[in-house]
Amino acid sequence: MHSNSLRHKGLFLFSYAVIGFIYLPLVVIGVYAFTVDDITFAFPPTGFTTHWFSAAFARDDMWQALWLSIKVAVLSSLIAMPLGTLSAIALTRLDYKRKDMLTTLFVLPIALPGILTGLAFLNTFRGLGLTPGIMTIVIGHATFCIVVVYNNVVARMRRIPWSMVEASLDLGANYWQTFRYVIFPHLKSALLAGGLLAFALSLDEVIVTLFTAGHEKTLPIWIFNELFRPRERPVTNVVALVVMLITFIPVVLAYRLGSQDD
Amino acid sequence: MNSSATINQAQNKRVWALLLLLFPALLWLTILYLGSLFGLLWQSAYRLDDFSGQIVKQVGLHTILQLFTGANFDIVLRTTTMAITVTIAAAILALPLAYTMVFHAGKRQRAILYVAILAPMWFSYLVKVYGWRVLLSREGLIYWVLDKVGLAIPLDTLLHSFPAIGGASLAASFLGMFLVFLYMWLPFMVLPIVAALERVPQNMLNASADLGATPWQTFRKVTLPLTWPGIIAGGIFTFSLTLGDYIIPQVVGAPGYFIGMMVYTQQGTVGNLPLAAAFSLVPIILIMLYLSMAKRLGAFDAL
Repeated sequence: MHSNSLRHKGLFLFSYAVIGFIYLPLVVIGVYAFTVDDITFAFPPTGFTTHWFSAAFARDDMWQALWLSIKVAVLSSLIAMPLGTLSAIALTRLDYKRKDMLTTLFVLPIALPGILTGLAFLNTFRGLGLTPGIMTIVIGHATFCIVVVYNNVVARMRRIPWSMVEASLDLGANYWQTFRYVIFPHLKSALLAGGLLAFALSLDEVIVTLFTAGHEKTLPIWIFNELFRPRERPVTNVVALVVMLITFIPVVLAYRLGSQDD
Repeated sequence: MNSSATINQAQNKRVWALLLLLFPALLWLTILYLGSLFGLLWQSAYRLDDFSGQIVKQVGLHTILQLFTGANFDIVLRTTTMAITVTIAAAILALPLAYTMVFHAGKRQRAILYVAILAPMWFSYLVKVYGWRVLLSREGLIYWVLDKVGLAIPLDTLLHSFPAIGGASLAASFLGMFLVFLYMWLPFMVLPIVAALERVPQNMLNASADLGATPWQTFRKVTLPLTWPGIIAGGIFTFSLTLGDYIIPQVVGAPGYFIGMMVYTQQGTVGNLPLAAAFSLVPIILIMLYLSMAKRLGAFDAL
């Protein structure tokens, strides 16, 4: 019994240490958003100020980047939600010997490094003579957003009692009616959760975007540029902190939607 | 005869309905995504003329073979070693954590741990990289703590004397880069392991204990084999994400290119798309190798 509780304590100690490791840089960002020191990031900080918040909010380029990021994220999730959902329905119900190949295709965009997606699209856009802009960014983002929505909806599809769908079809409802009144109510929250996660992922994406954006600046690209050519270093911290909080909202909502029907 | 024909017809209709649903996404992923991917990889068959700087559209192995020459091969080795090390370290950290969550934490504790691990996955990737850069810098928190306990100088000496892990300081060393990679992809390892552990049937564990196995034996002989698919699944992410990343090695770490950086600079400033494409082939091949090795080791048998 004694060794049992010792092991128990040891495991928890280890787990909380790992969690601490996970949160350490986030805390650092939070602290340095308030520092008075704008040249180095010496620890401990020499003093605190909220000046950088007003400085950040006064930056027009930041607002433009944020606005572009939101447009891209909305468009990408709007494309991904129907496409991901419909394919999730189809792939769960399809009896097909080569289904493995299809399901692999649906994880490929997140299983392969994003740099491949980015460069591959860039190469195609160049070949087609497309000017990089919001549409090319959205095409890149929607690709992995489809996968995110698909994954969320597939997990839910597996738990729908399919006898209900068959009953509906047997009783004379057509496919559309069956979808609308039987399948969709079950999927609704998973679909929305998938959409929110896709939105959050798009808002944060930088690896693919750097290839497909051309001269456009999404918020992560803006942050990226600030990291290497900082005008006001703490401003980057402030924006980082705010982005962190903004991203948190859709993720918490998605988590709640995902767990509410369990 | 007649009725079976009707059933067949109904089934056909069903299959067609399902294919119709699949169609838009399939079109997107095959034509747009796979098409672009193959288009890119095809470029690796071309080569850059050294004198004119023009791309010669002549199919051959010239560019692919360049991967095996000195500096290029070093990049491949360096990146692969890092990806393997990060994957193993992530598994070592994630396994006890996931085990605690599934078998030792109460319902509430488990939910808290789950959210605590999940949430940072969704925090800005760049912000986290940046946070580490601040942490690891000479003036940063880590050196401050090490200074207080008198370990800063020993650490620097260590980093200087082992170039394989070292560099000028923590922020400019492979060790620092390794920490950031490990940090960044750790949640991708934890979650599949948690999912795998949750599927371990409780009665198997009870049976093992009843038959006299110590907890460690039960873990070795029952739990771990059933967890392999989760570890492998998590490894796909840690491995693939490390192979392709081009931001972390730029922000943190010792000088020396990684595959991702090489792809980025070759296609951009250098304008050598064939070589960039050849370098992009490496992660694909390595991930395929990884999966086939995992299959051979029996990682998917327990599924």
